[in-house]
Amino acid sequence: MRRWLTLALLAAGPVLVVAVFFVLPVGGMVARGFVSDGVLDPGGVLQVLARPRVARVAWFTVWSAAAATAISVLLGLPAAFVLHRLALPGRKMIRAALLVPFVLPTVVVGVAFRLLLGEAGPLGFLGLDGTPVAIVIGLVFFNLAVVIRAVGAAWESLDARPAEAAAALGASPVQVWWTVTLPALRPAIVSAASIVFLFCATAFGIVLTLGGVRYATVETEIYLLTTTLFDLQAAAALSVLQLVVVVALLGLAARLRAVPDATAARTSSRPRRIRSGDVPALAVTVLVLGLVAAPIVTLVLGSFRTEAGWSLGNYRALTGVGSNDALLVPVTEALLTSVRTAVDATWMALLMGLAVAVLVTRRSQSRSERRVRSLLDGFFMLPLGVSAVTLGFGFLITLDRPPVDLRDSALLVPIAQALVALPLVVRTLVPVLAGIDDRQRQAAASLGASPWRALLTVELPVVWKPLLAASGFAFAASLGEFGATSFLARDDNPTVPIVIFRLIGHPGELNFGMALAASVVLAGTTAVVMLAVERLRVPNVGAF
Amino acid sequence: MLRRLRTISIASVTVVVLSTGCSTMGDSGADATEPSPEAAAGSQDVGGKVVLVSHESFNLPKKLVAAFERESGIDLVTRSAGDAGTLTAKLSLTKGNPTGDLAFGVDNTFASRPLDEGVFATYEPTLPAGAAEFALEEGADKLTPIDVGHVCVNVDTEWFEQEGINPPETLADLVDPTYQDLFVTPGASTSSPGMAFFLSTVAEYGDDWPDYWTRLLDNGAKVVDGWEDAYFGDFTQGGGKGTRPIVVSYDSSPAFTVPKGSDKSSTAALLDTCFRQVEYAGVLEGAANPDGAEAVIDWLLSTEVQAALPTAMYVFPVSDEAEVPADWAKHAVQPSAPMTVSPADIAANREQWLTEWTDVVTR
Repeated sequence: MRRWLTLALLAAGPVLVVAVFFVLPVGGMVARGFVSDGVLDPGGVLQVLARPRVARVAWFTVWSAAAATAISVLLGLPAAFVLHRLALPGRKMIRAALLVPFVLPTVVVGVAFRLLLGEAGPLGFLGLDGTPVAIVIGLVFFNLAVVIRAVGAAWESLDARPAEAAAALGASPVQVWWTVTLPALRPAIVSAASIVFLFCATAFGIVLTLGGVRYATVETEIYLLTTTLFDLQAAAALSVLQLVVVVALLGLAARLRAVPDATAARTSSRPRRIRSGDVPALAVTVLVLGLVAAPIVTLVLGSFRTEAGWSLGNYRALTGVGSNDALLVPVTEALLTSVRTAVDATWMALLMGLAVAVLVTRRSQSRSERRVRSLLDGFFMLPLGVSAVTLGFGFLITLDRPPVDLRDSALLVPIAQALVALPLVVRTLVPVLAGIDDRQRQAAASLGASPWRALLTVELPVVWKPLLAASGFAFAASLGEFGATSFLARDDNPTVPIVIFRLIGHPGELNFGMALAASVVLAGTTAVVMLAVERLRVPNVGAF
Repeated sequence: MLRRLRTISIASVTVVVLSTGCSTMGDSGADATEPSPEAAAGSQDVGGKVVLVSHESFNLPKKLVAAFERESGIDLVTRSAGDAGTLTAKLSLTKGNPTGDLAFGVDNTFASRPLDEGVFATYEPTLPAGAAEFALEEGADKLTPIDVGHVCVNVDTEWFEQEGINPPETLADLVDPTYQDLFVTPGASTSSPGMAFFLSTVAEYGDDWPDYWTRLLDNGAKVVDGWEDAYFGDFTQGGGKGTRPIVVSYDSSPAFTVPKGSDKSSTAALLDTCFRQVEYAGVLEGAANPDGAEAVIDWLLSTEVQAALPTAMYVFPVSDEAEVPADWAKHAVQPSAPMTVSPADIAANREQWLTEWTDVVTR
């Protein structure tokens, strides 16, 4: 009985938040689609799904997201190994820099990619502009960091001794990888892959900019149906389709993630020296860095180009409001708003994420308990897989009456961003927490430790580093969030991505240059914060 | 002990960071404040807080807004997000319980639906001279024209001079092999200027537009997502590395491409290819402060605001009394006989047109 009570207490907060800020709005919006002229009309919704265009759009979404996920994992694994296990000089810098794509507003990345792949760009001869290949490359660019960070965090704390033992017993490196390392990493890999897939399947801006109008995904189609055509029925049909696919995917991921014994010994092993056998992994890492660096370099170069030649003019202009008052507030002020909002979103996401992660990784004593825990696990992943357009409009029509008339509240932005970051936090923490041997907790308890003390001495030391990784993630995700924020932010308090979008939409060379400069500043801020987070030393909590 | 100290100090730093500047908490009341007593006392008839809902391009000089607030006693709050389509969808969804008192930015391509749904309350202000021309045929009692702009094909005149080719002049010219692979347009389904250009082809070719578009694409026309992409990414005068000297943009765009030290713009709008976009304002049904909303609409029609529109929002005023800036007067020429399609026609056919258009473009 007491177990259920603890479970309920831990779950109550996060469940309530997700219910009010996610289930209610999305439900409200979908309900609008199911009711036409005051009568419930599920048949009409089903008819929408039979349209040939819907099938085409759904198929494109699934295959492009699957391809991008596969490539991200294939490229990300060697890079995670190199950056988290090898004593590569400057690896902390590189790790921080790799998170940069994650915060770049999609509009800017779109422009950068098009400068690169466009007809006159340095890679224009490849003829990739406006092709599905460009979309997939763009998606990989955004999501590589997720794989590297999530898998890297698990890899870093992986005990090296079983692999060494296998090698000492005569296993080849390939055999060690297949029989020892990969099984131990599988939960983390599946976690990362499922997140990347959800991100790719709901990608919006990048598909629009890189795919032109030729390629539509479920997400862009929902946007078109809702805003331009106001066909709420069709939009609801697609939202439901999205939900069904996401739930199915989460079920599959949970199955793949489950390993007979999640308990892998965790240590903080030290990075080892580079050996000749690491060359292939190093080569892939260089390729990854090149893929990430190319668009960013284009951006940085563009940001220094002004009418008067190369100069810092675009950066100096950031304290102003652009030519012809393109902005309501200077970019510097928006940066402050961005950071403050991101701090709020980060602690909200961490608080909820920790509760959820502890909740779903505790050993269950009965089958029903296990089922409840795994249902909760999936529940908190849902916000990633659902259209930001549906959610944004849903806010408008459901949170519009007391006691929750929040349509104009400044709090809505960090809450929405925290919802986006929550799955990242959960998925980073769960594999690590699940790896803790329950006997350690039991030992602590039998030695007289209270549950709190057991948490502090057993869990916290192991989870500390992944927790830092997760907070970095949450912070970056929140800094770069555009979809929901553009819907909810107020004009007097815009965040940097919104300001950049505004600058790019206003004619004038200065505004374009300022947009690029602001992107560079945003990217730089993220990298600096990431570096600071990584540098925090782990205090020995056991001394309490 | 030392370790313990360090833990405590990290914890306290965290607490301090969270509880002071680095948070949005406690900031939310900033603009929910009631209008100050003096302001309320200064106003004879209206006053109070008025919320203006708009799209993201809405922008007026701060000085003008402050002066208006001082004189009227109104506390004007703007809430803007998304494009005209998003705004219209938002208004329709929040019908009866709107997020503001008035809306600005619904244009003639979107006006029909919210009017039919009863989103707007009746308010018919006295229009300044010249504005009546832009009023809607149906719904003029609810939506007031505020600004007008034209979406026109723009050409890089420098490029054509250098190449020794005459630039195109009409929509028909764009399918001429002379101009093969030179044209770029934003998509009708993803961009509001893209939609306007599409409508100008509908106005010109009627039901035969799919045939025109097929020939346009066969001639190497490029269709991209948004206006930004077309202008900054592909257009030769867009500051980027574009390769296409013909682009869909606005009649005002040439005023922004005057090289330093020159008095001649390096681009020109083709005035026979223009589609007219008029933006309207209207009081919302169910507004908390309808009197204040009406006062704001009157203010939007005032000569000061009308004269500020070109610089602030890149559009022309509807009022004849407002003077446009000198560089606009010189370089931005408005078409005398733009193409139009009635809002009712657009509303009735939008879905079918866009579906067909997408089929033609993705064929």
